[in-house]
Parts: sequence; C-alpha cells; structure tokens
Amino acid sequence: MTETTHRPAGQQLLGLTVNGERREVLAESRRTLVDVLRHDLGLTGTHVGCEHGICGACTVLVDGAPARACLMFAAQAEGCEIRTVEALGEGPDGRELGDLQQAFTEHHALQCGFCTPGFLMLAEGLLSERPDATKEEIREVVAANLCRCTGYQTIVEAVDACAARRRAATPTPSEEDSCS
Amino acid sequence: MKPAPFTYHRARDIDDATRLLSRLTDDGGDPRVLAGGQSLVAMMNYRLARPGHLIDIGRLTTLRGLRTGEDGALHIGALTTHHAVETAPDAVLAPGFTVLRDAMRWVGHLPIRTRGTVGGSLAHADATAEWCLLAVLLDAVIVAQGPAGVRHIEAGDFFHGHYTTALGPDELLTEVVFPRPAPRAALTEFAPRHGDFATVSAAVDLDVAGDGHTVRGGRVALGGVAATPVRVPAAEAVLARGGTAGPELASAVARAAAGAVDPPADAEYRRGLARTLVERAVRQAVAR
Repeated sequence: MTETTHRPAGQQLLGLTVNGERREVLAESRRTLVDVLRHDLGLTGTHVGCEHGICGACTVLVDGAPARACLMFAAQAEGCEIRTVEALGEGPDGRELGDLQQAFTEHHALQCGFCTPGFLMLAEGLLSERPDATKEEIREVVAANLCRCTGYQTIVEAVDACAARRRAATPTPSEEDSCS
Repeated sequence: MKPAPFTYHRARDIDDATRLLSRLTDDGGDPRVLAGGQSLVAMMNYRLARPGHLIDIGRLTTLRGLRTGEDGALHIGALTTHHAVETAPDAVLAPGFTVLRDAMRWVGHLPIRTRGTVGGSLAHADATAEWCLLAVLLDAVIVAQGPAGVRHIEAGDFFHGHYTTALGPDELLTEVVFPRPAPRAALTEFAPRHGDFATVSAAVDLDVAGDGHTVRGGRVALGGVAATPVRVPAAEAVLARGGTAGPELASAVARAAAGAVDPPADAEYRRGLARTLVERAVRQAVAR
C-alpha cells in the first residue's frame, strides 16, 4: 500500500480567477467549484440545488461557456476564467442591475429567484456565443435549467428582449467602418 | 451530496497519466480518469462512485480537437467536447461527417456539452449514449494507450455491457477514429424530457446509389434495447435487399428492427419506440 491509498486527501492550495480577480483557496480535493465559490470565497450568488447536474442553479461561466459548477472540482478550474452572477452587476459599486438582469425584472422572469443566478449565467453564455440566437434556440437552451415558478415563457422573453437590445446597441460592421 | 474524499492528481502528459494509472491500479488505489467529469462527478456526488484517486487529464491539450487523416478518416481527440463537435466548421468536420455534429443536440444540455468529452462518453459507456451508438454504427476505432503501448479497438468489440468496456484499468482512451464519411446517416432518439438520457435511440447509415434515391444497403444501430448499443442485422438485411428510398422502405426496415430486439425492460414500449425511431432515422438519412 502506498502512503496515499484511501487516505482522506489533505487540503491543497488552489489559485482561481473569479470575476477577474485572482483568489487563493485552501480546500480539499473533493471540494466542488460551487462549494468553493460559496463557502470559501463568499460568493453566495451562485446557488446550489441538486448537486448532480440536473437543475442548473449552479451554472457559471468557465472560460465564457456555461457550465455546472457542481460537476467540476475546484481544482479543475485552475487556469480558467470563472464568471459568476456577481459579475453581471453594473455601476461604480456593481450594485446596479446589468441589462440581462434588468430584462429578467421587466419580463417577470423570476418569482422565488432560487434558479435565477443559473438562468442568468446560462443566458449570458448563450448570448455571448450566439448574439443572434432565435427565440427557438433560446427556448431549447433554457431547457437546460429547472425553474418551478415561471413556466419558462417569461424567461425566454427576457433573454430574447435582452438579445434584441444588445443587437440594437451594437453598431453593424458598416457603421463601424464609417466611424473609423 | 458531497463526494467521498480522494487524492487528486493532475497528469502532465499521456505517459504521466498511464504511469499513474498503472501504479495506482497495482497498489489497489482504485484510480479513475477525470476528463470533463459530467458523468463521473455526478456519480461521485451521489457516492455511486468512490474512487481513491482521480487522475485529471483536463490539461492534456494534445487530446483535444478534430483532424482529418490523409485517408479521409476523422480523428477526434478524447478530450474534445461535445460542444466543440457541435460548433465545428466544415473545414474541420468534413461534410461527410455532419451526422456527428447534428447528433450533438441530443447530448444532455448546452452546459453539459461545454464540459463533457467524446472520450469520456465512450469510456463511461452508457448504453444510450450518443457517441457509443455512433461509434458502433460507423465502425469507429477506439485508440487506447497504456504501459504496454497503443491499442486500436473496434467499436464492435469495445462495449462489453453497462458501463463496461474493453479498456484495461491502466489504459487511457486517447482518440476515436471514424474511418469513413457517412453522408447519408442520421441519429434520433426519444426521452421523456429533452436532454435526458434516451429511453431508446436509433441511428442509420444508408448506402445510396449515385442516382440519389436507390438504396443499396446500410446499417442500423439501436441504443436502449440492450446493455450496449447494438447493430440490428435483421433490419440491415432489409436494406441490403435494396429498393427505392421512401416511406415503404423506411417502414419495412423499422418493422424488422423492432421485431429483432428484445429489450430487458419495458419490452413492448421500447420495441414500439425502436420502430418509430428507426423509421424516422431512415427518413432523415434519405432526406440528407
């Protein structure tokens, strides 16, 4: 038997980049990313629901792509850019709602709010990859997460409205050319 | 729940991973390879899996990506994510292999596909997993590397049963090779909720003559009707007899497929699904 066989693993020092900030954490190997975010870094905006990848409440962005933070060990996130719902806030102190959050409010895309951080990060990831996502594509993607309050319709509408607003605010390539 | 304690290792390269696997296996350390973790971590959180050691191969970037060989075969690195295949441009995923890209919408949901890997899915060997079905349908070759060297394993010999494969305990799945284009292939499936594991999945690969509508043969594979994905010779025999691509042929192939399988549970229901899905898959393959 080696010295490590079946011995409870000790803690390891992890360096994570969360919302643009470099953070260091001493955690057990078995600590999932969502638990490190919540318990070690105090970023309780990310929620934890089912812990086996079904509900999506813990969805965060890993290098820009939506991922389940309960299906990743924190150690796997070293070297990645992690973004959580806390990064969506705007204004000087980050306490104002970002445009996606604003759209959720306007469209009543939440009731109890438990699933909302996951939906926000899922939508944020979707719209950064596919800014032109159709309503049908949005509908298919938001099926990844569970919401027991809204019935999804308002979530789809909020994401679609936010996408439309962002498209309207982005100069088309020809306009960009004329500016330069 | 939270996973049981384990020791985490981050492999530096393939040799490092296989050496670690070999040593820890010999020592009775019960090591497991961690790729995207979309099945393994869920099973660990449930404590259905309690490995003593995890060997994280996530940094082995050489295992990531698609490339077409000189012989036209498509090589997919084990760490390539489902999402990378889903979004691969034609320059990387040749038009003859679009069945792989189109099948990705059936793999879990977007946040699963961004992390889950092709190699991880094959090594996990769920009987209804899309990659396992595609590998069996298209005669893929699974490449494994261990202390004894590199092995090439035919998909038909790779899957032994539920979550059981021909991989040795000290072998690392490094690549899957799809040897030839399958321009008239399609995969479809049914699950009570989209994104769940399929109850039954069906895939077909038709051999269509140059006229575009005469079927000369083909392959039919089903998932969810046995402990591994299976080819269905009785349905392939119908295709081998040939005929005009159309609803009648699709229906005859589907009847033959449903009659040939003996699902271990919900037999009538799954046979019914097999019939519907094979028919649908043949129609989709014809329409390509």
